[in-house]
Amino acid sequence: MSVDLEKILRPIDHDLAPYEPKYMMLASGEAVVVRQVFRDEIPDLLKHVEPLIHVERDFYDVVAARVYAELLGYYKHRFQDQYVLALQVDGELAAIVNGREVKPGLGLSLHTLALRRGLRIGAHGFAAKMEYHIDTLGHDEVLIVAESPIGFRRWMIEYKLEKRFDIPHELGGVPSWALTRELFDRARSKLVVGRRPVPPALLEKAMEKILPPSDPPTPPLDPLAATRALYDPTATALVQQRWEMEKGAGNA
Amino acid sequence: MRDVYVAGIGITTFTRLEYPLVEIASYASMMALKDAGITEVDQVYVANMGAARLNHQTALASAVTDSLSLLPAGAAAIENGPASGAAAIKAGFQAVASGMDDVVLVAGVERMREVNNLEATDFVATLTHPLAEYIYGVTLPALAAMFARLYMDKYGVTERHLAMVGVKNQNAALNNEWAHLQQAITLEGILDSPEAMTNNPYVADPLRFFDACPVSDGGAAIILVSKEKAQELGRPMIRLSGIGQATDTHAVFEREEPTDLLAVRKAAHDAYQMSGLSPEEIDVAELHDAFTILEIAQSEEVGFFPKGEGHIALEKGETALGGKIPINVGGGLKGRGHPVGATGVAQAWEIVTQLRGDGGKRQVEGARTGLTLNFGGFGNNVVCLTFVRED
Repeated sequence: MSVDLEKILRPIDHDLAPYEPKYMMLASGEAVVVRQVFRDEIPDLLKHVEPLIHVERDFYDVVAARVYAELLGYYKHRFQDQYVLALQVDGELAAIVNGREVKPGLGLSLHTLALRRGLRIGAHGFAAKMEYHIDTLGHDEVLIVAESPIGFRRWMIEYKLEKRFDIPHELGGVPSWALTRELFDRARSKLVVGRRPVPPALLEKAMEKILPPSDPPTPPLDPLAATRALYDPTATALVQQRWEMEKGAGNA
Repeated sequence: MRDVYVAGIGITTFTRLEYPLVEIASYASMMALKDAGITEVDQVYVANMGAARLNHQTALASAVTDSLSLLPAGAAAIENGPASGAAAIKAGFQAVASGMDDVVLVAGVERMREVNNLEATDFVATLTHPLAEYIYGVTLPALAAMFARLYMDKYGVTERHLAMVGVKNQNAALNNEWAHLQQAITLEGILDSPEAMTNNPYVADPLRFFDACPVSDGGAAIILVSKEKAQELGRPMIRLSGIGQATDTHAVFEREEPTDLLAVRKAAHDAYQMSGLSPEEIDVAELHDAFTILEIAQSEEVGFFPKGEGHIALEKGETALGGKIPINVGGGLKGRGHPVGATGVAQAWEIVTQLRGDGGKRQVEGARTGLTLNFGGFGNNVVCLTFVRED
């Protein structure tokens, strides 16, 4: 008897309603388009996410590594009911947000990864995905965690999220926070923006190709600087570490 | 009193710097020493406001002097709130002008991003009156907002004027590789578009997000020398020609007319008098735009425009590069950033850069005189400096 193992391993995705694209103006005066990205475009995203795994700053390394795994899992049919939204400025990738439906009525936010900083692009992306959960998918609640202090300020504080600490979040098993429909409605006028429909030329540019980010986050000049500054301002630990390495290499 | 010249300048990128405070100060200082072509100094002054509180470090000047191998030079740290930088320059000037020293290093440094934004805001608020202001929760954005509201009511300044300062200075920073903010903004994006209120929310009404300077880390340094030493070193002869410093009431509410920045007026007056310059003779200026309203108000108080007409000059483009008196062409505090202890020194760095003709895309053509205004407290301790190129 032959067994098609792929049928067992591959999750059965439910049909999630499509996200209707929108656009908004940034502080720079540029228009950013938010649109859904489907499986066939995931490889285009992966190549722009991978470099951020090596950016040891603001938890870009952790977030990018996880986003990479989530997108790859989605691409290779190993992640159930995931959706991905991209934010593009003139075709350039500016942010990726993703999440999934846990069950009818309950959503789960995965990640918000800003590839261009200083213009609330990440915040606009997060608002767009919450809008998708609450307004389009009809979720009553979205489970959320933050991996960075910036995320905590943007989500937990700005949206005044409720604690759901009894629910371990799928990201690392840490206690969850929740955005309810009521909280979202309260935040809507201040934090959720965007215009529909997207002018055809803008949308066409976004759909044509996902262009690489022109100014992505980069690692600190000295990769040890963060550690040294926080834990070892006199660099004695660093010196000690080098001595140990030299000893290990038989140079002592 | 001997004449005092700026023989060297240095600066670090203003941003979040994940380096120890002493390293930041030392890096800027090394640049300044190299620029001047010297390896020894008589005296070191280090301007800083928050090392003890934010970075758990005291006796900063001793640490910086040792780090730079400048021993056995004399060393002292100067804390004078956000006017620490220019106050340290004043101390350096006095040391050289008096004949006590021939070569003085003045460094300014701050590392504010080591703490979170709430702690940083609280730290800066400690410069307010402890009993009349701080205990009621006053912050600098709140004081600036009340000041802005009064200014708007009295002189017709609008939110658009404030945004125009923000756009002018943040976009000017794009021509300054050392500046913190490297992101262009537009009036449409921060004021007029349907998304503007989200892009640029109120921080303290009527001030919005883009009306405030960022919280930055950074260091800057200058080398002050006697005339003989300056001639020997052969660098452009930039003379520190005027210094004025003045104070005002600690609590803002005690001022008879809070929209009058009397300490700014007095400091500028004294600097002009000492240098023999008039406001009309200044080619380029660095004003303390920690909040956009301050650039407008200070541009009047230092005598560039009549009281209440700074915003009109702004509208006409008179304060932009190419205008009658270009202000903050390197981004100012708004675009370059505001590591509080470093700011006064960074302002001097910008003016010396301009007077040397090294401003690149932001160069004010033919600039030979410059002015800096370092605004401490909420205008209760102000230092104004003037510089003249002589050769």
